[in-house]
Amino acid sequence: MNYLPLTEQDRQEMLQEIGVRNFDELIRVIPEKLRLKDLNLPSGTNELDLTRELRELASQNQSTAQVLSFLGGGYYEHFIPSIVNHIISRSEFYTAYTPYQAEASQGTLQTVFEYQSMIAELTGMDISNASNYDGASATAEAALLSLRHTGRNKILIAKTLHPEYRETIKTYCFGLHFEIKEIGCDPQGKLNREDLDRELKEDVASLIVGNPNFFGLVEDYSGVAQKIHNVGALFIMSVNPLSLGLFKSPGEWGADIAVGEGQSLGIPMSLGGPGLGFFAVKRDLLRKIPGRLVGMTKDRNGRRCFALTLQAREQHIRREKAGSNICTNHALLALAACVYMAAMGKEGIRKVAEYNVRSSVYLREQIAKIKGFEIPFKGTIFNEFVVKCTKKSPEEINKKLFAQNIFGGIELGRFYPELKDSLLICTTETKTKAELDRFIDAMRSL
Amino acid sequence: MTRRSMNFPTDLKYSKTHEWSRQVGPKVVVGITEYAQKELSDVVFVELPKMGQEVKQGVACCIVESVKAAFDIYAPISGKVVEVNKKLESDPGLVNRDPYGEGWFFAITPSNLNELNNLLPSSGYEVLLTQGAK
Repeated sequence: MNYLPLTEQDRQEMLQEIGVRNFDELIRVIPEKLRLKDLNLPSGTNELDLTRELRELASQNQSTAQVLSFLGGGYYEHFIPSIVNHIISRSEFYTAYTPYQAEASQGTLQTVFEYQSMIAELTGMDISNASNYDGASATAEAALLSLRHTGRNKILIAKTLHPEYRETIKTYCFGLHFEIKEIGCDPQGKLNREDLDRELKEDVASLIVGNPNFFGLVEDYSGVAQKIHNVGALFIMSVNPLSLGLFKSPGEWGADIAVGEGQSLGIPMSLGGPGLGFFAVKRDLLRKIPGRLVGMTKDRNGRRCFALTLQAREQHIRREKAGSNICTNHALLALAACVYMAAMGKEGIRKVAEYNVRSSVYLREQIAKIKGFEIPFKGTIFNEFVVKCTKKSPEEINKKLFAQNIFGGIELGRFYPELKDSLLICTTETKTKAELDRFIDAMRSL
Repeated sequence: MTRRSMNFPTDLKYSKTHEWSRQVGPKVVVGITEYAQKELSDVVFVELPKMGQEVKQGVACCIVESVKAAFDIYAPISGKVVEVNKKLESDPGLVNRDPYGEGWFFAITPSNLNELNNLLPSSGYEVLLTQGAK
């Protein structure tokens, strides 16, 4: 179909129909100062010139392709095998919408089913949904589930959970009448158990923690699930899936819900999205999970097939009583994660996790030796850690590092005013020993 | 099957929302009618109320899910849930096969037995159905 722009006559007819004289009258409810007056656009140009100009504009961007980056904090630079992009770019998959029709979408449904199976296995849970939008919204959905399931109205959230996830939970649940209580951290940067014991009562719906937590620390959650279950609440863990190649899974810690950001599984950082929220539960919460779910079954001729299932939970059937408004998923990104996990295999994921630990432990050890830097939290880490800057401010350090083509670390003061002298530094399997040493030298020479 | 040939036992009381109530000693046992189970088609899951849960007449207290849809079940009388039919967890099809017997949902100790008077006798329920049930 051709694109048919409106004619002046069309406009006049529409304005007349609405009962206004001109366009300005139509938009007069918008305050004067907010209206765009002069866009100051140049006149039209040819494709060649346009491409040249845009390329020049784009070249002003500084990305991890040119700059040595030690940024983490929820989105991570990982190696993505080329097979991921090749598979997800196939036109059969690269389509716009969720497959409703099982008879026409067996391939897509099978990939979703396999994604779910692998996420369930990785997290040590029984069932995974077909994915949510991102780690933050998946975590917020988990909070909602716990309120529905327990009929209570208080949620405990570790202060060490990703600050933006905490914000999202608050935004997501705005208008629902319940209370959020933050559980502080101890001097080691971990969940404050005394705080938890004090707050954990029969009115609590759930405890939400991150693992690794926002400071990069992989925590020991021994006994936590038991305590939470004793008061009839749910244990929700927001985890980095890649770390599970090496560390205990939410299932092993006794969690009821495992959620998190799946960007580490074969999805580029882009500009901070789109991401992939994963959501997995123990069997008894099966009918409470939000979003799509693909099941495996047999057709009437006894052949294996796949179909969306348990839809009676969902909004299009349960209407206003549905547990969640999420009626779709991030199918293409879930496919990327699926291909990544299949390509890497159990061994591969374990090896990548090992590289991450080795790289970050080495970097932390070396930075600890440099004057002007201290390591406040000494626990087990996966791929990032906190560095306290005792001589120069994090802002100044980042500025100087950037002059050497290095993205230093996340300035923690943005999220934790009490840590305004600290940086969160990340390294993954993408960094060579030489690159780590270049960073260490740069830090030393500040 | 026409409504005329459906079975609505005369010893039960009926809600407009298609639950039946049977007084058994100090308790009231609750299930859904033959009409309701037929409309639902194959029941695949029943989310039962919690033991000890306080319920209120006319207020939703559990969910029945079929291959077609999910519906709320409304408490026909106020009181406390003292029994739930655990068999429905492993065999929800009982609701279809034996709606007035093995397919019962839960039992309530009523706080006010007079509320039973707000419910319909079987004849009244049949009239409701012929007038076009909601």
